[in-house]
Parts: sequence; C-alpha cells; structure tokens
Amino acid sequence: MGIVNFTIDGKEIQADKGATLLQAAKQEKIYIPILCDHPALPPEGACRICLVEIESERALHPACTYPISEGMIVHTNNSRVRAARKFNLELLVSDHPLDCMTCEAAGDCLLQDLAYEYDVTEDRYQGTKHHFSVDDPNPFIQVDRNKCILCRRCVRACSEINGVEAISVFYRGFSAYIGFGADSSMDDSPCEFCGSCVAVCPTGALWPKLSLGQGRPWQVERVKTTCPYCGVGCQLVLEVKDNKIIKVDSAWDGPSNHGWTCVKGRFGYDFVHHPDRLNKPRVRKYLLEGKKKPPAKKRKPELKGNPWTWVEVDWETALGITAEKIRQVVDDHGPDSIGFLTSAKCLNEENYLMNKLARQVIGTNSIDHCARL
Amino acid sequence: MPVLTNIEELRELRDKARAEITEREENKTTIILGMGTCGIAAGAYEVEAELQSELEKHNITAELISVGCIGMCHNEPLLDIQQPGLPRITYTNVKPKIVGKIIEKHLVQGEYNKRWIYGQLSSGNGKFVEGIPAYEELPFYNKQVRIALKNCGIIDPESIEEYLASDGYSGLEKALFQMGPEDVIQEIKESELRGRGGAGFLTGLKWEFCRKASGSPKYVICNADEGDPGAFMDRSVLEGDPHALLEGMIIAGYAIGAPEGYIYCRAEYPLAIDRLKIAIKQAYELGILGENILGSGFSFNLKIKEGAGAFVCGEETALIASIEGKRGEPRPRPPYPAVSGLWGKPTNVNNVKSFAIASQIMVNDANWFNKIGTEKSKGTAVFALTGKIEHTGLIEVPMGITMREIIYDVGGGIPDKKQFKAVQTGGPLGGCLPEDALDTPVDFDSLTEAGATMGSGGMIVVDQDTCMVEFARYFLTFASAESCGKCVPCRIGGQRLLEVLIRITNGEGTPEDLDEIERISEFMSEGSLCALGQLTPGPVISSLRFFREEYKAHVNENYCQAGVCEGMFTYEIVPDRCTGCGLCLKECTTEAIIGEKKVVHVIDQSKCIQCGACYDVCNLGAVLVKRKHELPLVKTA
Repeated sequence: MGIVNFTIDGKEIQADKGATLLQAAKQEKIYIPILCDHPALPPEGACRICLVEIESERALHPACTYPISEGMIVHTNNSRVRAARKFNLELLVSDHPLDCMTCEAAGDCLLQDLAYEYDVTEDRYQGTKHHFSVDDPNPFIQVDRNKCILCRRCVRACSEINGVEAISVFYRGFSAYIGFGADSSMDDSPCEFCGSCVAVCPTGALWPKLSLGQGRPWQVERVKTTCPYCGVGCQLVLEVKDNKIIKVDSAWDGPSNHGWTCVKGRFGYDFVHHPDRLNKPRVRKYLLEGKKKPPAKKRKPELKGNPWTWVEVDWETALGITAEKIRQVVDDHGPDSIGFLTSAKCLNEENYLMNKLARQVIGTNSIDHCARL
Repeated sequence: MPVLTNIEELRELRDKARAEITEREENKTTIILGMGTCGIAAGAYEVEAELQSELEKHNITAELISVGCIGMCHNEPLLDIQQPGLPRITYTNVKPKIVGKIIEKHLVQGEYNKRWIYGQLSSGNGKFVEGIPAYEELPFYNKQVRIALKNCGIIDPESIEEYLASDGYSGLEKALFQMGPEDVIQEIKESELRGRGGAGFLTGLKWEFCRKASGSPKYVICNADEGDPGAFMDRSVLEGDPHALLEGMIIAGYAIGAPEGYIYCRAEYPLAIDRLKIAIKQAYELGILGENILGSGFSFNLKIKEGAGAFVCGEETALIASIEGKRGEPRPRPPYPAVSGLWGKPTNVNNVKSFAIASQIMVNDANWFNKIGTEKSKGTAVFALTGKIEHTGLIEVPMGITMREIIYDVGGGIPDKKQFKAVQTGGPLGGCLPEDALDTPVDFDSLTEAGATMGSGGMIVVDQDTCMVEFARYFLTFASAESCGKCVPCRIGGQRLLEVLIRITNGEGTPEDLDEIERISEFMSEGSLCALGQLTPGPVISSLRFFREEYKAHVNENYCQAGVCEGMFTYEIVPDRCTGCGLCLKECTTEAIIGEKKVVHVIDQSKCIQCGACYDVCNLGAVLVKRKHELPLVKTA
C-alpha cells in the first residue's frame, strides 16, 4: 500500500492507495453528503448525491466509488457540485410523498436532512408520481415503496451481508422498484426478517411494524445493551420511550455483530412488556401445601381448590422447594438420574456455576447447553 | 477435418480452399442468394424455394450459396448468378414470380435480363462482361471502402474454407508466428484505430492497458449487443462474416494475454448467433480456437453469451454484470474493465467492427489502414442508413467523407422529391444535424463538434414530414424506458425530461419549457452514472439547438409545422363540401367517422387519432385541419 498525495478543496491530503475519495475525505473530516452509500456496505454510486468535481474530468463523479489518484484536484462543495446535488434531490423529492409530518422516519431520514440542507422545499416538476399500496403481509416490516429512493442499501445488506438475496430491483428506468423473492411479498420470499434492510434504509420505506406510531426519534432514550437470546452477544441499541422499548436500532460498533443481528434481536423484544410475562416465581399449590402429586384429572383450571394451581411465592420458598425435590430425587434414584441444561442466554460465569452445581454439588456429569442443539 | 497443428497445414488448407473456389468459378454455375436477416425478411426463402424448382424444371445443375448482407437492403432479395469464367451478375428485388424468367433468360437462353440486373461483381479472374455496370461504378458502391464489411455478402459465412481463401486467418497467422504480443499492440496503436462502438477510444491503447494490468486470467469480450433502433451494422458482420470477428478476438486475446473470450450478442439476433456458433465450431475443429492454436503454444477459448434484451447492456460494465449473471446494470468507472472487469479480472471490451477491422490491420499493416481517413479518425466508418432515404442499407465509407456525400451520393437522396430535414447519427443517444451541417466531414471529432455523435453507426434520415420535437420525444421515450433505473438523474431526470417533451407535443408547452429542457439535460449529462444517462438528452438538445424555431412554434403558437403532433390540431368535416360519399368513412381505422351514404359525415373527436387518412383520401377538400388552440391574441414584441 502506497501513499497518494492529492488535493480536496484546496487542502493537501495524503491517503492510502486504494481508498475512495469519500473514505479519504472522511478521514480528513471533510463533509461530503451521501445517500446510497453506507459505511457497512460496498459502495454503489447510484444516488449521485456525493458527486464531486475532479479537475480534468468532464462529468462529475461520485466520491463513494472514485478511487483516489496522485495529484488529483477535487472540489466537494463548489456551486457546480451543489447545483448537481440539488437537481438530484429535487428529482427524488418529485417522486416522494411530502408527508414528513406523519412519516415515521421524520427526524431520522437522510432525504429529509439533505432536502433541508439544500433547500428543496417542494416538488418543482409536478410530474408522474408512484402510488404503491403499503400492504406487505409479513409480521415484522412495513414496506412503503412510495418512500423508497432506490438507493439499494437494502439490496446490498440482504445479499452482501446476510447472503439471503431476498431483495432485488425489478423492472427498469422510472418503473424500477424494490421487490422481494420472485416479485412477491417479503413473506413469500427467502427473507429471514433479520431486519438488516430496515437498519440501513435511509428513509421511511422500510420500518418495523412493531414501532409504528410508537414515538419520534427525538423522544426516545437510546440504551445500548446485549441481546439476551443467544451466545453471539449482539450489541443492540434499544430506543426507549416512557420506559418502554419501541424499537431496536443497530449498534454499529458492536464487536461481535457490527450492527447486524437476527430476527430475534431485531424484532423479538415484545415479550419484555407482555402481560403474560412472569415477574415472580410460582409454585404449584400442592407443593406449597406439602401434599402428594395429585392425579392429572384434577388438572382443570375451573376446578375449585385445584391442587395444580400456580401460587405466587417469594424466591426463598420457590428455591427451597426445588432444592428439596432435587435432593429427594438424588436420594431415591442417584445423582445420574438428574440432568442439567443451561442456556446461551446466560453469562459465562452463570454457566460455570451451573457446571459446579451439577458436577460437584449433585455429582452428575449430565450437563449440556442449548447452543449445542 | 484434422486439427491443424502448424502454420504449414493452415497454408495448405488455404491453398486448397482457393483452388476449389477457382475451380468452381471457372467450371460451374453458382447461384448466390442474399440470406442476411434483411434478405430473409424480404422473402429470400421463398425465392430459394422457387429457384430450386426452376432449376429442376430446366434440369440445370448449379451450386447454391447463401451469403450475408452485401449492403443493399433496399434491393433485397438479391440473387447473383455466376457462370463458368464469368463475373457475378446481381439481380435485385427478386420476387418468387420473376425467378423463372431470370433463370430462363440467363441460364437457358444465355442472355442477361437487364430489367432486373443491378450490376456485376468480378470473380477471381477479374473479368467483366460488357453492358452491365460494375459495382465499383455504381453510386451506392463507388465511394465505399470496405474493410469491416470486406467479405459481407461476398463469401459464404458458414464456410471456413471460403473465409480462409479470402486471406482469412492470415492476420492471426502473422500475429502468432511473426510477432510478439507487444508487437501486435504496437501495430494496432500505430494504425490509430479508434473503437467502433461509439466512444472512439484508441483500441491499441485499450489493449495495452489490459495487457499491463495485473490479475489473471484476463478476458476479451466482444460487445455485440447492438440495441439502437435502426442500427444493424454489427448484425451484418456477424451474419455475413463471423470468422472476421473470431480472428480479431483471437488476435486480441494473444496481444493481451487472455486465454478466454466472450461474445455478448443480443438474443434478438438468432441468425447471427447461429452463424457464430457454426463459425466457432469450425474454428475449434481446425484448432484455430482451443488449446495450443496452430501449435503456437497460445490457447484461446470462446463462448457466446446471449443478452436478454436490455439496451443498457451495450454499456460495457452492464454487459459484464450480465455475463456474470447479475442484473444488467452499469457500475461507476473507474476502475475501468481493463483493470477490474469480468469477475474482477482485467477485461478488454471491443465492438464487433473494431475486432473485424483489427484482423484486417493484421492482414495488411498499420500504414495501410493509416492512409485511409482523416488525421484523427483513421480508416472507415460503417453506417446503417435508414429512414427517408432511397438506398437504405449498410455502407462503409472512409472517414472524412461529408454527410452530404453519404446521403445524396451513396444514399441516393430523399425519396418522393421531398425535402431533407435532418440526419440523426449515434442512435437514440446521438444527435441530429440539419441541412446546413451536411458538409461536416464524418469523423469522431467533427461530428461531436457539430453537435451529433459518431455512435456505433446508426444513421437515420428524416424529411419534411417529420416534426423534430416529436422525433426527439420518440428517442427520449426509448432511452428513458431503457434506463436501468440505478442512478437518479437518468431514472427520474429522463422521466421528467420526457414529460416536458410530451407536454410540448400535446400542445401544452410553455416558453419556459425550453429552458427546462436545457436545465434537465445539462444536469443529466454531467451527473448520470453511465453513457446512457449522460447521452439521453442528446437528441433533444441537438434538435433544440438546430430546430429551435420549430420548438418555439410548438410552445408559442401551438403550431406543428410537420402536422404530426396530435395535440395541436383536429380534423373536421365541412358540411357544405361533404357529399357523403363514404370514402373517408371506409378509410378511418378507428371508426371515428359517423355518417350514412349521401348524408354529411361527422368526425367523433373522442375516437379520432389524427392519422390524417380522411384528409388524404377526400378529393373534395371537405376535411379540414383545424388548430386546437387559438393563436395568442397579442404577441409581445
């Protein structure tokens, strides 16, 4: 890797050979607006918002794909470049609903930010607009193609990151749109609902159904956490409003997942606030009363005085009964009659302690872990 | 046929092929049929069937040969008769019913039926017969110099022997056995051949970039995805002389160091693909393709990839994506394919004609090629002449010839004594030139300077009946529909530009729309990802530049000079003049005319499509053209 010397906006810069103009500019903290490019995805060069002027080149070039070369002189913010960007933004806005007031993405929308920056206030063309129905039947992701700007971030996330290739562009020219599978619905495609497409969508075209109408980006507290599901330990950012999780966002600096996660991490948080969720330990009524195991026929919830009924107790009581029952089994049938199954959701320390409990306290080697299943 | 393992065996085979052809020309009667797509479309199969039955009827033994397009598409079907020791006599516009007459007079009575004879083409012995013009004397041919089309229409494209006899594969022979790869590149560089796909980049330089690029294996690709409406140059080469392309590609592969090549041909060219397959098979059988070609140690394999009908796949990066099995869309350059092309490897992409010409440069030499053409555009240009011109067809002319010579001398001028209006070069992404610019020399730089482009060779001539606004709208409709939709300026900008044009042709344009056209066009051409988006405004901008008055008449006065734009006028029947004869009623295809015999007819405007058939057919002058929009009452000075 050699070093390349060149000039951006009058500033002499050195960067590693092979870098793109955008990467080199970022390193020097020179701002170039982007729309289709995303740091976690390969560059595309589609939106033409990062166009820059390179002296000696006739046309403008996108900074996201243009490789730096020795001695090049680049202008990232002159009037020619700004006019071209504004032209492209006006075109995008001319085929985009102007409903920022009620749009989920308002405040978290790159198109909105750029329209603000470049003073694009209305649709100057009044030409044909697309009117897609918003009715993808899948349970997780709302697909609103009217808001899609065809930046193809979702396409790249699905094919390059997740390797599923459920998303692609259909048809050509002004008729082109983002589609799923063989141009059916997300449900009917190979989609695994990992939500990577939602994470990278710069507008409100892809939005979690669970989060619809739940709150604005500026109303939430962002809490970084570890996903409780499996052993990967994905970092997530929970968007919390009024002490309730309303959305899961990507933690792009997560060391094990780099912002990506699976369907459970992205959308499987509704159990947190679910009314059926157990918050306290419970034991069967007959256990609490120290009685023998009643016949199964009495296991009818409507039965008065049902011995099988769950009774809420404190931890001390619940664990006491459990310990007593385990001891009884060990005494009656030997330690190998008991097996332990631990969880990937537990910490290493917790799993270690479980191991100790099984082998040293109980005296069995029958211990396993759900991540092996 | 045994595989050729060395250069001597190739030469032996070539000598044998030449001897066989001489033997045939001197001792046999040969009948040659034009079997390019143009000939077939004009009825060559029917002519062939009729010919066979006529030959049987008269008990004549003759060898039948099918050739590709010789260029005179306006005269198809063509039938040539070559009798022992005599030249080829060409009959044109041969319909099945006249085949019998031709055969009887020519082959039975031994006379020439001059009514249908076009000209003569000398066979190997150089003899001519009296009283029939030689091709070289005919206006369609006398200004042509044929390099890429050298064999088209002359040899049987399905016979490798005929190609060999016509110096075929001697360029390859020279490259492989007398020159190193660098020498080949040097020769092409010295010839100053510029790519015939449209952009006109120096071919030798392109080969050199690819040779010097690091990465292996390297690839050679032939771009045969000719998608311009009205263009058929590449197809004619593929159908008429496929081995010329193969030879050029093998030479390029040797020069670049590429062991593999692809021909990307559009699937809409079935005949071209069939002939390519035959040619490739023959070349493999002879060891001209495959491992260790002619014992030289160089190996080259060739595959055909059929395109799926996207115009944008003619753009090299989109073409590469398509070969890779991806959606046919361009990607930003740099990196150029010479550095990172097919599967990320160094790749050289050239047009069909570039390869065909390169093989001829190797047969002759750089100086031979260099002497033809202008200072910066060497050699010849191949054009597909179409539109309102007498001699539609395929021509190859030296660079530097004027547009006027092409249209009036080679092309024979405008039919029906109509007035020339404009000529569009470079297809839907090119530009047009008006009468004043007809003396522009035809070469890469002069055409660009004049406001048009060389393109890959489509040339469409239009006459006074064409509205230039509507003409531009037509091309724009094509280009915007063929946009891949990847980049914003092309995807949405093309649509917005088209909407302006539709507005104007519908009679709803405003003077500000002309500025809007220029504004959108400028941003599209400087901000789009690939040449398709950058050049989509070309026809609009050039027609606005040269025919601004016509645009102004549309937006200021709602007036379409050519009477084409539907939104500008209506047809109405003047009751006083109409006798209810029913002529117009019969002519109307949309049943827009209501009326009974001897009762005044009326046009239902909701059904009328302004085709003008009623206007043309009425000999009482009862159908009137009425402008829809009133002229502005007050004109500002």
